[in-house]
Amino acid sequence: MEQYNKKVMQHFLKPKNVGEIKNPDGVGKVGNLVCGDIMHVFIKVKEIKGKDTIYQIKFQTLGCAAAVATSDVVIDLAKGKTIQDALKITNQDVVRELGGLPAIKVHCSLLAEQALSEAIYDYMIKKGKKVPKELEEKHKRNQEHEKNFHDKFKCEK
Amino acid sequence: MSSKRIYLDHSATTPVAEEVIEAMEPYFSEKFGNPSSLHSFGRESRDALEKSRKQIADFIGARPSEIIFTGVGTEADNLAIMGVAFSENAAFGTKNQRNHIITSKIEHPAVRETCKYLEKRGWKITWLDVNSEGLINPRDVENAITKETILVTIMHVNNEIGTIQPIEEIGKICAKHKVYFHTDAVQSYGKISINVKKMNIDLLSASAHKIYGPKGIGFLYVHQDVKIVPITHGGGHETGLRSGTENIPGIVGFAKATELASKNMKSEAERIGKMKDKLVKELLKIPGSRINGSKDQRIYVNINISFEGVEGEALLLRLDEKGIAVSTGSACSSKSLEPSPVLTAIGLKPEQAHGSLRITFGKENREEDIDYIAEQIKNVVGSLRKISPFKKNW
Repeated sequence: MEQYNKKVMQHFLKPKNVGEIKNPDGVGKVGNLVCGDIMHVFIKVKEIKGKDTIYQIKFQTLGCAAAVATSDVVIDLAKGKTIQDALKITNQDVVRELGGLPAIKVHCSLLAEQALSEAIYDYMIKKGKKVPKELEEKHKRNQEHEKNFHDKFKCEK
Repeated sequence: MSSKRIYLDHSATTPVAEEVIEAMEPYFSEKFGNPSSLHSFGRESRDALEKSRKQIADFIGARPSEIIFTGVGTEADNLAIMGVAFSENAAFGTKNQRNHIITSKIEHPAVRETCKYLEKRGWKITWLDVNSEGLINPRDVENAITKETILVTIMHVNNEIGTIQPIEEIGKICAKHKVYFHTDAVQSYGKISINVKKMNIDLLSASAHKIYGPKGIGFLYVHQDVKIVPITHGGGHETGLRSGTENIPGIVGFAKATELASKNMKSEAERIGKMKDKLVKELLKIPGSRINGSKDQRIYVNINISFEGVEGEALLLRLDEKGIAVSTGSACSSKSLEPSPVLTAIGLKPEQAHGSLRITFGKENREEDIDYIAEQIKNVVGSLRKISPFKKNW
């Protein structure tokens, strides 16, 4: 198999953003036990300079080295960002930040992007905020992607 | 990275023994002749080749002329299966064709993929199940045999879970029904004593690098009555079954490794077996752990263990950081992202297969390291469970 680079290994061996936030404003849960990788992202949001900002964010992940490393990095990228900016983070940003991933592991970065956007979606629904159209569509796509992944690998939820 | 380095992946490969390197050394440049040459340079190599062939033949109770050297174990498996399938005896495409092969669901990819290749091209393959212990029932073999069956290919020792298949009984059944019996003995050769005549084995594959010999050399034993054709064509080396100039240093090394294995087999089985039992006992103290595969019908070097709520690749890489080298059957470490077919065949759920670890011992391992190994595995399993979203009372 293709090897992981040093940066991926650092984030995997010593992730800085692991943890659970008590009473989070939003939680994103993606992946499932049967298929191997599960990510939970917890966020706390407050208004800073008039904008909804992610001021606390943590993750918990069961999965391979790439799953842990991409979780850790997506948290780094989203921390302190406004909701608006955090929603712009893509899996490509995660891969770039890590300095690349083995081709077969790129799907893990997608999981990280999804976990973040699902946490934001959860926050907006809970707070009764108007969910932007793109996020609504992404949420649907996330659910679809999960389903396709299960079908492909014949997993059950 | 830890300064301590403990290699526990001997079913992947082994270091070449000093004595083997010494035995090989003269055959690189001092005695470099082509064994097919008639001059004295050639004769030197030819003598080494035939002496090595006899040593290996004696070790498994075969005739020297029945040993065909190949590039690797995988090539020996390919030659055995395709060589028999393509022979006139199989009469493929005719009215009297014998195009049926019986194998199992837990074979090494070298056998599995060769059978799949034939299946796509019109051969009929029976894929036998194993029980939850990872063992084949010889009666299933007998029940699967038809008048079209030409070959049964069942491995001796499984490469992932180390289970020892009842090949003596399978051999008897094949002899009774006049069906060729091939066994992939890559994981057993040099560890368990084998006698091809007593065990009714018609074809057997082995590889040097699993027993402290060099990489790039294997052999196929072919009983003299077996009808088989080559899959590599050329100058007619190895009684026409494997053309190409023989790898003399490799072959000499393989013979030396065989000699050492034969000498140490008994004492190593006892020494490593004790060490393995001790580690198993320690690892089973970790909550949510289970041993995969039979406890009794199992090669003494192998532990295969699953830890709930942990992913195998992550486990492997964190242990590597502590200087401990092991292997896993997790989907995340495979090219296909699918869990090991062997672990699935013995009934493990995908999430159990994801958390599996294979530990295989060898001659450099020492009993005094067992406590350290057990402690590191326990710590790493704990550290991964800590970052996981699942809270259980581990």
